[in-house]
Amino acid sequence: MSNIRNLGLTRRALLSRTVAAGALAVVGTGFIAAPDAAWAVEVTAISEHEMATLLQMSRDIFPHDRVADRFYATAIKGYDSAEQKAAVAEGIAAVDAAAKAAGFDDYLSIGWEADRVAVLRGIEDMPFFQTVRGGLVTGLYNQKEVWPLFGYEGESYSQGGYIDRGFDDIEWL
Amino acid sequence: MAEAAKFDLTDDSVVVIVGTGAGGGVLANELAQKGVKVVALEAGGRYLPEDYVNDEWDSFGQLAWTDPRTTSGDWRVAKDFSGLPAWIVKAVGGTSIHWAGASLRFQDHEWKALTNYGPVEGANLLDWPIDSAEMAPWYDLAEAKLGVTGTGDRPRLPGCNNYLVFEKGAKALGYQDVHSGNMAINSVEYDDRMACQQTGFCFQGCKWGAKWSSAYTDIPRGEATGNLEVRANAHAARILHDDSGKVTGVEYFDGDGNLQMQAARIVCVAGNSFESPRLLLNSASSMFPDGLANSSGQVGRNYMRHTTGSAYAIFDKPVRMWRGTTMAGIVRDEARHDPTRGFVGGYELETLSLGLPFMAAFLDPGAWGREFTTALDSYENMAGMWIVGEDMPQAENRVTLSDVTDKFGLRVANVNFTDHPNDIAMRNHAYEQGQAIYKAVGATRTLPTPPYPSTHNLGTNRMSERPEDGVVNKWGQSHDIPNLFVSDGSQFTTGAAENPTLTIVALAIRQADHIARELAAGNI
Repeated sequence: MSNIRNLGLTRRALLSRTVAAGALAVVGTGFIAAPDAAWAVEVTAISEHEMATLLQMSRDIFPHDRVADRFYATAIKGYDSAEQKAAVAEGIAAVDAAAKAAGFDDYLSIGWEADRVAVLRGIEDMPFFQTVRGGLVTGLYNQKEVWPLFGYEGESYSQGGYIDRGFDDIEWL
Repeated sequence: MAEAAKFDLTDDSVVVIVGTGAGGGVLANELAQKGVKVVALEAGGRYLPEDYVNDEWDSFGQLAWTDPRTTSGDWRVAKDFSGLPAWIVKAVGGTSIHWAGASLRFQDHEWKALTNYGPVEGANLLDWPIDSAEMAPWYDLAEAKLGVTGTGDRPRLPGCNNYLVFEKGAKALGYQDVHSGNMAINSVEYDDRMACQQTGFCFQGCKWGAKWSSAYTDIPRGEATGNLEVRANAHAARILHDDSGKVTGVEYFDGDGNLQMQAARIVCVAGNSFESPRLLLNSASSMFPDGLANSSGQVGRNYMRHTTGSAYAIFDKPVRMWRGTTMAGIVRDEARHDPTRGFVGGYELETLSLGLPFMAAFLDPGAWGREFTTALDSYENMAGMWIVGEDMPQAENRVTLSDVTDKFGLRVANVNFTDHPNDIAMRNHAYEQGQAIYKAVGATRTLPTPPYPSTHNLGTNRMSERPEDGVVNKWGQSHDIPNLFVSDGSQFTTGAAENPTLTIVALAIRQADHIARELAAGNI
């Protein structure tokens, strides 16, 4: 994920160059960004629509309401590569086709999470879905910056363990 | 202190041990202490406490055996982790780096499962050719070596948050035998190793050295005698034999990928329940077309992995289960044999915690959506326990040679496993009891969790009184080939309910005594 400054864009300039892509992101040329421009992801190999769809899919697969979009964006940025381009194009086309079959324009146009999840349930045995889901298990939950949002403290050796820092501090029992 | 030994490849006076974990590492040191010359071949590299990484995935990348294996059968691991049937270690010290430290003796009746349980349809039960009385002095030595808490005069570990929740629930249910376990983790300084600092990450290698591992105890002590040479990154390929049928040496690939041959007077196989039978099967010859030590057809069969599973629970307030020892807590009341529960044998309940990354991977592999993510949202308020029960040996639960080959061109192990109905009944009972423990202290949600890739890998070269029933005799000596031994958990006749390492260590100490005596008497 790139900081918006790396794209040489002010928030205003960035927002002026975008169109809405679902609820989570706006799409510009060569990037997708948060509607408030709090984060942006450059895309070079795959399309902005594909990246925006991957982002929405990722939130719908592992929805954590207290985990910001930028962590999901970090988890999926690896799909923007020449090696992944064909698989992503085919996979997102299948996701959109499933959305169309359910009566929507495409996946990103589905307004309600429950409707999107129903579409995903219909394609969950598809290898592309399993690749995205499996990749998120490490891509999302192994980001050290995410751990504090779940209360997880990570390593403690550098601080001498918990022997004097609350290994038995439970008080409510 | 002597320099670590260096033996010639053609030196056929040495004992060659394949594997350096709880079995091979202890055997190597015990033999070296008795003046026996030993070459230990270890497929993995050497890592010490300063090298261990307190990060679940990074540590997995450093230590885990991730060479190819294949799986089949009805077990869920074959679907969710098809190339990873086990979570065990490839390094000097083997899985004694990863183990949690739970050190329990078998119960008396478990040595004689067939006699005490009676025949069980579909199971291949057998009595061990040894018993509690035979093993008691060796257990004493093993407990002293490992510094097991709650044995000798060694105090138990203090209970961490995860234990305190578990203990209160267990006692509310009326369980009596509830404590912080018999752990090979120092509660006070012992044997030049410091006391536990309640750091967590016991599975990733103890950076304090408070937990026993052969990597930094038996291995260096054996090397200090001048009688032990450990060759790391040495991947055993084949055991050779002469026209009389006695083994003569071990072919292995060295760290540069070159095939070497170490001559041997005795070969001891201690590569775990996958690699040990794989090596015997890959050593097939015109004289032994079904593999070495396999006249019974039992090599690879009766693979056991304990009836496992976990129970996690969520509370309305924080637990922070990751703080402190990973597995220092046990309920032993269900370990008894009591068929009125609907199954033979018994199980232990032991505290267990995973960090967030591994909880995400193992809580419900393949799951997605809010049912899954709301559980993780409450990670801070979670407590956890692991089920360890006796599973039934079955002839078709077995390790065979796969059509897949590794980077050396050697056929890898395929692990076929399907639960026996007794295993399923036991697991369901344990899920009920585990969840009841947490509900008794106010759990708002309980999460029975499927078995992880196996860490307790047993059977596949089992010990038997009669040669037609198993692979090795009561000393771990091959029924077919007198100078070929099995020295790891693969020699287990049955699995009992207890974590296996203490028994593996006790058997290794006993086997070293036997081998040294037989060598001195000129019998081998």
